[in-house]
Formats: sequence, structure tokens, C-alpha cells
Amino acid sequence: MLIKKPEDIKSSKITDKKVYLNRRLFMRGAALVATTAATGLLYRKLNPAAEEKPAGDKLVSVQTSPTHEAIRQGFKVTDNLTSIEDITNYNNFYEFSTNKQGVAREAKRFVTRPWSVVVDGYLNKPRTFDLDELLRFPLEERIYRLRCVEGWSMVIPWLGFPLSALLNKVEPTSQAKYVAFQTLHDPKRMPNQMSGVLPWPYVEGLRLDEAMHDLTILATGLYGETLPPQDGAPVRLVVPWKYGFKSIKSIVRISLVDREPPATWNIKAPREYGFYSNVNPNVSHPRWSQAWEDRIGEFRPRQTLMFNGYADQVGHLYTGMDLRTNF
Amino acid sequence: MKDVRFSKFVLLVNGLAPLALLLWDVYHKRVGANPLEFVTRTTGMLTLVFLMLTLAVTPARHITRLNWLVKFRRMLGLFAFFYGFLHLGTYLAFDRYFNFKSVPGDVAQRPFIALGMVGFFLMVPLAITSTNSMVKRLGGTRWNMLHKLVYVAAVAGVLHFWLLVKSDIRLPLTFAFILLLLLAHRLLVKFYPDVPARWAGLFPQETSSQK
Repeated sequence: MLIKKPEDIKSSKITDKKVYLNRRLFMRGAALVATTAATGLLYRKLNPAAEEKPAGDKLVSVQTSPTHEAIRQGFKVTDNLTSIEDITNYNNFYEFSTNKQGVAREAKRFVTRPWSVVVDGYLNKPRTFDLDELLRFPLEERIYRLRCVEGWSMVIPWLGFPLSALLNKVEPTSQAKYVAFQTLHDPKRMPNQMSGVLPWPYVEGLRLDEAMHDLTILATGLYGETLPPQDGAPVRLVVPWKYGFKSIKSIVRISLVDREPPATWNIKAPREYGFYSNVNPNVSHPRWSQAWEDRIGEFRPRQTLMFNGYADQVGHLYTGMDLRTNF
Repeated sequence: MKDVRFSKFVLLVNGLAPLALLLWDVYHKRVGANPLEFVTRTTGMLTLVFLMLTLAVTPARHITRLNWLVKFRRMLGLFAFFYGFLHLGTYLAFDRYFNFKSVPGDVAQRPFIALGMVGFFLMVPLAITSTNSMVKRLGGTRWNMLHKLVYVAAVAGVLHFWLLVKSDIRLPLTFAFILLLLLAHRLLVKFYPDVPARWAGLFPQETSSQK
């Protein structure tokens, strides 16, 4: 009887010589691909891509075109609007991140309800405004230039109401000379408040006449919808003739006070950021010029305008003041 | 290390990968609202990263005793120079529009730019004398003396970054800390030559078969 001895290894299982030689090539290829992929991922982590804007709620407002009168008052500028993508993906909001392109991602899940704003100090009717009450103020569209102290600028269609409308309701007393503002301080919701990049909470201030000026608004929206978190939801200040950092975001407290209130950047670096911080092309930042600005979305720099182009409307607030010392 | 040529190729590809991705991002308009700032920041950061990697070769060699690491130093240094060149080029082309007359005024306004330029121009002679024939022409001692300029370039580069930041100095501080460690290692070797040798005992020695 013939007993066939099973083969130890089937010939089909023997590695082909070509494959064997290819193994070395394969290992090299794998090393090349793996390291390059790692480098690429590291790059992407440091340079994140833009975020989609979260859908906001529609806001009802008096939508008007820039009439001659609105332009004369400075309520609307005729410059091209900055795109919503840029407005919502290039933010200085240190409570979330110091990376302007990273704020949108960090702020994505920021919950702004319930929300209330305490208004106190030297006034006859101290009270707390619930967010819904604030949203009931008649909203106006204001198309303002925004000039950041870093040297870039945007044109933003805000929705909001004059701060004076709110202040008139609470009736400031004659002792009130300044208005102090405060951002929410809640490191659980604003994660970068765990870091020490700035003293928290963020605070800002205006002189009472600046606060009562028609151009000074509390914004609750932009581009027809409620504010995205990265732009200062649910309510922020907009003072278009001052550097952007004066326009404090996510406000929880407004106090009428009798002396100049502290302002965060002024505390951080008093030589670089003054209390007034009016946009002024003639007064340089100690480390860079303020004569020019990069308009986001444009290629060539623009000349920065005195009071950010609002000199006709606000110049009188500073007559007789030396703007070099009161920078 | 038998595969030096291939390893250098891997390094070359990895060094160019960020540039390829950056160009990809520019082409697909994924460079954010301020493309100039994005490209300037990215190339500047890459310059510092490659400077640190270049300076890390010698300490790494001392500690691990893997002497073949030195074979990658030249390419790392040239990548630092290359990205520094792109960084300065971006500034001159898109911030100054090749209006060189406006540069001194800008430097006066923004002192950190002067520091960046010092750092870059110190790297120029190093890049020029990076070839084997230049090493021979200069002789090892003089070449080594000249290439000590890289320390000055790295310090200037880190200060350049530090001075432009508004408040969050964590990243420049990280670079400064790394640089400090890398320079401290050199001082340590100079004054206490046997200390790093003792550390080296913590690492497995290179076997002859790997050579």
C-alpha cells in the first residue's frame, strides 16, 4: 500500500523569492509613509482647519440699507463686509484660546442660556437683565469697522442696541462717571481661564460720555443671527472707534462707578495698552506701528484712520486731551 | 547604521512634508482669515523647530552614543535655513511688497524684526560652508568656530518670537526652555566631561552589527 507522506509545507505557502526581496522595500516604504504621516498629523494639529459656523437663531431687526443719514452718523460704513467664515474663524477671545484660528473650536459647546447681566453701582434702579429682556430691546443693524490692536481689521454687520438705551432704563446718578464691564468667569465653560495668560475675569471700562455715545452698542447678533460663541455670545460691547479689545465679550456685569475702572490689558501691560485705546495711526504700539492695517479678505494693507474713521462722530469727546499720554 | 542614504531620504521627505501641506493649504484657501500671518507664523515656527533639532543632535549623540546621528545634522541645519529663507521671503514679498526702503523704518518700529534678521543672516555663512569641500577648505577647527554662530542665531530666533507675542508666551517660553537645555548640555560637557558619559551608561550601547 502506498502511503503518501504529507508535505511539510505546501509549495503554495512558500514565500516567493521576489516577495522576500520586496520585504526590504516594503519596510522602507512603511518607514517613509509612517514618519511622513506623523509629521503631517503634527502639522495639522498645530495648524487646524477652519470650523463650520454653528447655526444661530434668526434675529428680527430693522434691516435698513446704508442711507446717507446712517453713513453720516457712522452707523453704517460702505466698505465691503468681511465674510461670515472669517468673522467666525479668526477671533481674539483668550478665555477659549490664544490661537485666533482655534477659538471657534474651543468655544463650540459654550452654553449661553440661562444668562443674565447684573447692572449695579451709582444708579437709581439697579437690576438684573435676563437675556430674553436684552433681546427685546429694539435691534438695529450697525455695519462697523473693527480694528484690532494687532494690526488687522474687519467690517462686521452687528445687530444690537445702543448701550444708552439700557443705561437710561437704570437711571445713572450724578456720581456715575465711568462704566465698568465684566466678562463671565467660569473656567469650566471657558477652559483657557485655567491658564494665567491674563488676569481673570476680563474687565473693561468706558467714560460715561463714551458709553452714552450713539455709536456704542451692546451687540447680540451679527449677519442676522444671534452671536456665535466665538464672537462674544450672548451679549458683547462694540465700541467701533477703539481697538477691538475694548469691546468686551460675554458680559455678565455692568457697573456705574465714580472713578476710572480697571481694564484687563491695561493691567497686563500698562505701557502698551492705555485705558482709552482709541484707534490712532499716529501713536504707535511700543512694539509695532499702528499706521497700517491688514483688512481681512484684502491683499494690500490699508491706512488706519483716526478714531478708526469715526473722527467726525467722536472727536469732540477728546478735545483738549493729549492723545499721546492718554493713549 | 547601514542605511544612511535611505534614512537621509526619509528625513528629506519629512522635512519637506510641512511645506507640501502648507502649499496645499494655500492652494485650497485653508489658511484662515489672515493668510499672510498664517504663512509667516508657520514658516517661522518651522525654522525654530529645525534649529532646535539641529542643536539637539550633539546632546543626543552624547547621551545615546549613537554617533551616526551626526550624519543628519547638516540636512537639519539646511532645513532651518530653508524655512528661515521662506519666512523672511514671505515678510519681504507680502508684508513689504519688495519695497526694501520701507524695511529700516519697519525695523525701527518693530525691533523683533531686526532680531529675526540677525538670526537669518547668521545662518547664511553656515549654509554656504555646509558642503564637504568647504569643511576641507576651512579646516575642521575654523569650521567649528564659525558654526558656533548657530547658537547666536538660535537665541536671536527665540527672542524674535518672544518679542512679537502679545501675552501668551507659553510657546516662545517652550522654545527658550528647550534651547536652554540644549546649550546647558554643551556647558556641562565642557566643564564636567565625565557627567554625560555616566548618563550614557543608562542607554544600551550600540552593537557593532548595527554599524
